Amino acid sequence: MLQYELSQLRSEDGQSMIISVASGKGGTGKTLVATSLALSLKERAKVQLLDCDVEEPNAHLFLRLAITHSEPVYIPVPNINKEKCNYCGKCAQVCAYNAIAVVPNHVLTFLELCHGCGACSYLCPEEAITEKGREIGVVESGHSNGMDFAHGKLNIGEALAPPVIRKVKEHTSHEGITIIDVSPGTSCPVVEAIKDCHFCVLVTEPTPFGLNDLVLAVETVKELKIPCGVVINRAGVGDGKTEEYCRKEKIPVLLTIPLDTEIARLYSKGITLVDGMPTWKDDFVRLFDKIGDMIHERTGRLER
Amino acid sequence: MKELVVLSGKGGTGKTSIVASFAALAQSKVLADCDVDAADLHLVLQPTMHASHEFWSGQIAVIDEEKCTQCGLCQDLCRFRAINDFRVDPTSCEGCGFCFHICPAEAITMKESMSGHWFISDTKYGSLVHARLGIAQENSGKLVALVRQQARGIAESDRLDHIISDGPPGIGCPVISSLSGANLALLVTEPTQSGIHDMERIIDVCRHFEVPALVCINKHDINEDNTSSIEKYCFSQGLKVAAKIPFDNVVTEAIVKGIPVVEHSQGRITEEIESLWHHVSQALKG
Repeated sequence: MLQYELSQLRSEDGQSMIISVASGKGGTGKTLVATSLALSLKERAKVQLLDCDVEEPNAHLFLRLAITHSEPVYIPVPNINKEKCNYCGKCAQVCAYNAIAVVPNHVLTFLELCHGCGACSYLCPEEAITEKGREIGVVESGHSNGMDFAHGKLNIGEALAPPVIRKVKEHTSHEGITIIDVSPGTSCPVVEAIKDCHFCVLVTEPTPFGLNDLVLAVETVKELKIPCGVVINRAGVGDGKTEEYCRKEKIPVLLTIPLDTEIARLYSKGITLVDGMPTWKDDFVRLFDKIGDMIHERTGRLER
Repeated sequence: MKELVVLSGKGGTGKTSIVASFAALAQSKVLADCDVDAADLHLVLQPTMHASHEFWSGQIAVIDEEKCTQCGLCQDLCRFRAINDFRVDPTSCEGCGFCFHICPAEAITMKESMSGHWFISDTKYGSLVHARLGIAQENSGKLVALVRQQARGIAESDRLDHIISDGPPGIGCPVISSLSGANLALLVTEPTQSGIHDMERIIDVCRHFEVPALVCINKHDINEDNTSSIEKYCFSQGLKVAAKIPFDNVVTEAIVKGIPVVEHSQGRITEEIESLWHHVSQALKG
């Protein structure tokens, strides 16, 4: 059973306990872990799953979802009033992203480069710039068998994932447990998804590729001062160097999932591990308890 | 000179193993690892680095505590919530400089930030341009563009036929930076629900940027039903499935040994990858 009662999970700042699932290397099993962890806890606590891999969201493929709400994500981009503009060039000068160029009697905007910082409109001496929304993606929310769910989808051809991720994270609940599925890598989308989390689960596979990228992911979570633990997926392939690394760096291995054709078959069909093989539920509950222990040791926030 | 980029949408479908094999099979080429925030190609190509360069890109706001009057204007205006308690969180700052421009006390400066390193290395298969984005850094797209530009420079000066790029997963900034202007994209997918979903999105991205694409189904035998769905989908989109590669543990063995799989195994998998390279090189000629 869960060691921590729901009431004890509420942190002082009125947030849920937020656990992100990241990896560095892609395809190691983040979505497998995030969905199975959420489903294993939902019978005993209020659970929410946020899929923040907005470039390639996959969690929805594994859940029977009822999407009840869909909202476009906009970033504010400049809209230039030609009547008021005197082509002074201030906007182009302050834009750090080269999204505005001013030529004689003409202002050119390259809106796909705009990060929506708002500097141009605020600083225009003629008040000639207003902002309009440019749609870059969508956030869909709803529920799945009593669990809250939200995910974001970046539109095709758009470069900037972080604003969509921020929008998904606005759905973060104020109580219970929030599980965040993160995109692969270590750059801005990953940082955006994992920052403010209480714990980060790093899923890896025991190969040189998996280890190389795990080391980068560990450095990233350390930079953000987030405690972490490792799940080794497809154990049995590759070599023993991942465990060696975790021992040396004193990073706990929270769960080991073997290389198993049945697990791979379930995954390929879009069936979660705990739906296909329910005995795994206890393993994911234990995984959660280990995380609770680590957060407890770190902050003393959770009282037994 | 023609440029191939290997992409997948979903991570972990086998991009790097295929690129490493192409490195061994292609005659006249330079290699580029465009997955700058989790680069793995060097683990198989065993490079000898002969040049390492710093990658300076973008800026980060810095507040001078002495000058700051704690008026709070910067905190109110920052859209990236990067300023809290009159301090800048460098991992949230997007370097827009808005705060620098509006600070009434002129307490904010913009500092150039070192966002990573890029390298030119020799391998037994030819030159490799690769990079390492700094931890929790931005501007992966610009670093990818730099890697491609360097690879192009080598291809031109050495009169090489091909640039072969290992792309990042996803569809966002670094993917667009790897893809735009390339001659051909090879999309590596796997017969899983996630693999199919992500392939459909990366196909749309290729179409958006008008880069022709070929598809390769890796581990096709782990779910033959899904494999046939992929084939049907590709047919409906007018895309050719250039290879179906079986699941085989020799791929992982090769990674552990640090060599391309075509040099580790003489089995069916090697035949399939050789045939795939043949298709790809023909498509690059066309």
